[in-house]
Amino acid sequence: MSIKWRSRLTVYILSLLIWFALTDIKKFEEVAAGIVISFLVSLIAGHMLVTTEKSKSPIMRFKSAVIYLFKFLWEMIKANIHVAYIVLHPNLPIKPGIVKIKTRLTKDIAITVLTNSITLTPGTLTIDVDKQAGEIYIHWIDTFTIDTDQATKEIGGKFEKNLVEVFE
Amino acid sequence: MINEIVGMVLICVGITFDFFGVLGLIRLPDVYNRLQAATKCVTFGSAGILLGVLIIHGFSDLGIKALLGIFFIFLTSPVAAHAIARASHRSKIKLCDETIIDRYQEDNELLDKGVDMTSVEETNN
Amino acid sequence: MKLIRWLIGITIISVCTYFNFFVYEGALLIKLINVVLFLSLFILFRVMRGPSAADRIVAVDILGVLIIGLLALIGLFYDQSFFMDIGLIWALLSFIASLAFSKILEGRRLDD
Repeated sequence: MSIKWRSRLTVYILSLLIWFALTDIKKFEEVAAGIVISFLVSLIAGHMLVTTEKSKSPIMRFKSAVIYLFKFLWEMIKANIHVAYIVLHPNLPIKPGIVKIKTRLTKDIAITVLTNSITLTPGTLTIDVDKQAGEIYIHWIDTFTIDTDQATKEIGGKFEKNLVEVFE
Repeated sequence: MINEIVGMVLICVGITFDFFGVLGLIRLPDVYNRLQAATKCVTFGSAGILLGVLIIHGFSDLGIKALLGIFFIFLTSPVAAHAIARASHRSKIKLCDETIIDRYQEDNELLDKGVDMTSVEETNN
Repeated sequence: MKLIRWLIGITIISVCTYFNFFVYEGALLIKLINVVLFLSLFILFRVMRGPSAADRIVAVDILGVLIIGLLALIGLFYDQSFFMDIGLIWALLSFIASLAFSKILEGRRLDD
C-alpha cells in the first residue's frame, strides 16, 4: 500500500470518529451520511496528512511525545506568569530584540511544531524560518543574549531533543 | 459537585489570563510585543475556559465540541501570530525605540546586496 | 506620568470589578460573561485606535480566539450545544481572514 492511500485511510478513520462523537449514533441516517461524507473528505484532501515514512517504533515515539507535552505545558504556564508580570508592572520592563537561532530539524512538521511551541513559551515569537540554512528568526521580549549559539541553547534546546526522537 | 468546583476554578483562571492578554494588547508599545502578550495569554485563557466547560458538562456534545475547540486554537493561534509578525516586518513597520538588535533586518540587507553583486557580475561577463 | 496613568487604570478596573461582582445581582456565570464582554470592548478600542493596519489585524485575530471562550460560557449557561458550533466557525473564519490579511499586507497575491 502506497503512502498516499495509507494517509487517506488515516483521515477516513479520524473524520468518521469525529462525526460519531458529534452526532447521535443510534440513528441510521446519521451513520450513513457520516460514512459517505468521510469518504468524500478523505478522497479530496486525505493525501496531505502523512507524507513521510517513520523509522522509529511507535511506542518510543509516543513516550517522547508525552514527555514533550508535559514539558510544553510547564513552559506555557511559566510564559503566562511572565507576561502577567510584565503587563502589571507600572514601568513595562521590556528589552525587545530580534535574534537568530539554529536548528537541526529538517522535516516540515517538526519545524512547524518547534516554531509553534517557541511562540507559546516565555517571551519569544517566531518571525521567519529559513529552511535551507536551518535558521529561525525570533522576536524576544527581554533579550538575554545576542549571540546565536547561546540563544539556540536558551530557546530551542529545551524542545529539540524530544522533537528529534518524535519526528525524525 | 466536585467537578463543578474544579470547572469553575479553571474558568476563573482562564478569564484572569484573558484579562492579562488584553491588558498587554492595550499597554505594550509596538505590534510585535502586543502580538506576544496577546497570543500567549489569550490562547491559554480560552483553553482554560473550554477545559472548565468540558469538566463541568462531561463528555456530552457541548464537551466534545469544547475539546475540538482546544485542539483548534492550539494549532491555529501561533500560526496566525507568525504570519502577522512576518507580514508586518516585511511591510516595514518599525520596532519600538527600546529595541536593541534586529538580526532579521541585517540579514535581509546582506541578502539584497549579495543578489545585486552577482547580477552585476553576470551582466559584466 | 507613567505612574499616574497606571494608577488611573487600576482605579477604573477595580471600580468596574466591584460593581460587577458585589453590587450587581445575578448568577456567577452571568458575571463572568460580563467580564469577557468587557474584555472584547477593550479589543474593539484597539481596533478603532490602532496606529497601523497590523495592529488592527492583531486585534481582530485575538477577538476570534476570545469569542470561542465567550460562546462556550453562554452555551454552558443556556445548556445548548449549538453556541459552540458558532464559536468554532467564528474562530476558523477569523484564522483564515488573518492569514489572508497578512498576505495582502506583505504585498503578495492571494493565489501565490
